Amino acid sequence: MTDLRQTNAARPSTKTTSRPRPSRTRRQRRSIYPSWFYIPAAALYIVLFAVPTFASLYFSLTRWTLFDVTFIGFDNFVQFFSDPQLLRSFMNTVVFAVVTSVAKVVLGFALAVLLTSELIGRGYLRAVTFFPVLVSTIGVGLTFKALLDPFDGIVNGALAVFGIQGPGWLTDPNLALLSVAVVDVWKGLGIATLVYIAGIVAIPQDYFEAARVDGASSWNVFRNITFPLSWPATGTVIILSVIGGLRSFDLIWAMTKGGPGFSSDVIASVIYKQYQAGFYGLSTAGNVVLFIVVTAVMIPISRLINKRSLDV
Amino acid sequence: MSALTIRRWTVGTIAIFVSVVVFLVPFAFILITAAKTAPEASQLAFTWPAEWQLWNNIGAVIADRNGILVRAFINSLVLTVASVAVMVIFAAMVGYVLQRKRSRWNPIINFFVLAGLIVPPAVVPTIWVLQGLGIFKTLGGLILIEATFGLSFCILLFQAFVATIPRELDEAAVLDGAGPIRLFFRIVLPLLKPVIVTVIVVQSVAVFNDFANPLYFLPGDANATVQLTLYAYASSATSAGALNLLFADILLITIPPLIMYIFFNRQIVAGMTSGAIKG
Repeated sequence: MTDLRQTNAARPSTKTTSRPRPSRTRRQRRSIYPSWFYIPAAALYIVLFAVPTFASLYFSLTRWTLFDVTFIGFDNFVQFFSDPQLLRSFMNTVVFAVVTSVAKVVLGFALAVLLTSELIGRGYLRAVTFFPVLVSTIGVGLTFKALLDPFDGIVNGALAVFGIQGPGWLTDPNLALLSVAVVDVWKGLGIATLVYIAGIVAIPQDYFEAARVDGASSWNVFRNITFPLSWPATGTVIILSVIGGLRSFDLIWAMTKGGPGFSSDVIASVIYKQYQAGFYGLSTAGNVVLFIVVTAVMIPISRLINKRSLDV
Repeated sequence: MSALTIRRWTVGTIAIFVSVVVFLVPFAFILITAAKTAPEASQLAFTWPAEWQLWNNIGAVIADRNGILVRAFINSLVLTVASVAVMVIFAAMVGYVLQRKRSRWNPIINFFVLAGLIVPPAVVPTIWVLQGLGIFKTLGGLILIEATFGLSFCILLFQAFVATIPRELDEAAVLDGAGPIRLFFRIVLPLLKPVIVTVIVVQSVAVFNDFANPLYFLPGDANATVQLTLYAYASSATSAGALNLLFADILLITIPPLIMYIFFNRQIVAGMTSGAIKG
């Protein structure tokens, strides 16, 4: 708006000239980028994303069924944090996100260092570690459910060869969530590796050459060059995997449905269960809790990452 | 030098061996189980099929429940093509103007773009809105949903790419008498081709593999997508002891992303790593 006023004040005569005439005035240059280009995307965003998000703040404070909506204040949130099953889903969400993110950062970085070094079969290795990223999550979940079968699954079959009695990976309440987390890492490791490879490849070769001239050991090169200079990649991996981990639903639903009992429930699966049961208000409260968790985790993480990358 | 060669070979061999066990065995398991007879498949063993039944099994899966899988493939195809088309055009328009035009609204728009990337969509209120618009449980409604949820990611990619196109080009086009619409659709959009391919490939795989959104916004058999039919099939096939058919289904559903990967490997890599450098 200010732009328009300034231009008009500066060149009042252009106000009436027709638009498409070629002219180098400031106003003409601006008008070739029309603001209405925002409108189609903004319409979708507002109607299908912003409105539901703001509405969720209200509906989370209601008892909402198929038939009516009653305002009940913070009862849904009180229930969320006093019901042991719901509280467990909250803890599980955090555990799942932390475990998968840490594993993806560590393994992804190690794999990327390996796959950027001189190695036979490098192209094959890059392709095979990345492919699970593209496969349907439901397909992966169902496949690993069969592989992790406590009696006939090949994982426990392989352990039995070494004389180890494998546990019920998905049937033991203490293990189910972690087993799903391992499969999530298996599926998502490819992205982390890829981001790290891009980060490592972008490090200027001069550093490595200078280190070689100075006779640095490969550990020193790793410690003082590769590791600190891939910090931006670490930031991207952390952000991607934390967001993905906190919102994770498909894999957990395909493998355990939150079971056995409620031992591997996360907020996203509670949202679905409450929705199915017809407790729309409680389900929406779950959404709001998830929203708050994601935001509360993301703000300090992105601050930290931006600060560190400025320092480097 | 020979020490390096030895290390290259030993580390490489170990890595290849581990990758075969960790990454190839699960896929091989899908293939061999899909080729077995029902009783053999239910043993879940990692053995070569006694009888190679792959084509029969695939035929049985396709014929199951009056060919619901074929309908699901068509639905998923329509969903993917339409939602990605909407995403590409709308996001390119936003990314282009957002990068080119300096205005005090830019920080606010950027904030909403990032919010769209981070904030998990609120499920039931979205259903409430869709019902209000009369497009709940319709393929059209789900197309708009997928397009909306993918917009932010695409806008960021387009914004970054438009920055690499010189502004002088826009000005030259305007001097030649092009209006804003001609300029965008005839001059700028063709130049965005590399990033458009990336967006198409990455988002097609994402939409095709999406499970949660169809589950919420398109329930019911009439419009099922492939992921929904696979999920529904999992419980019926397991109880019927037809794991061979379930894995034939998984195999079929894995093929489209595999084809995408073979042909568009480079674009996928480009899309996934964008932003890795600048953080």
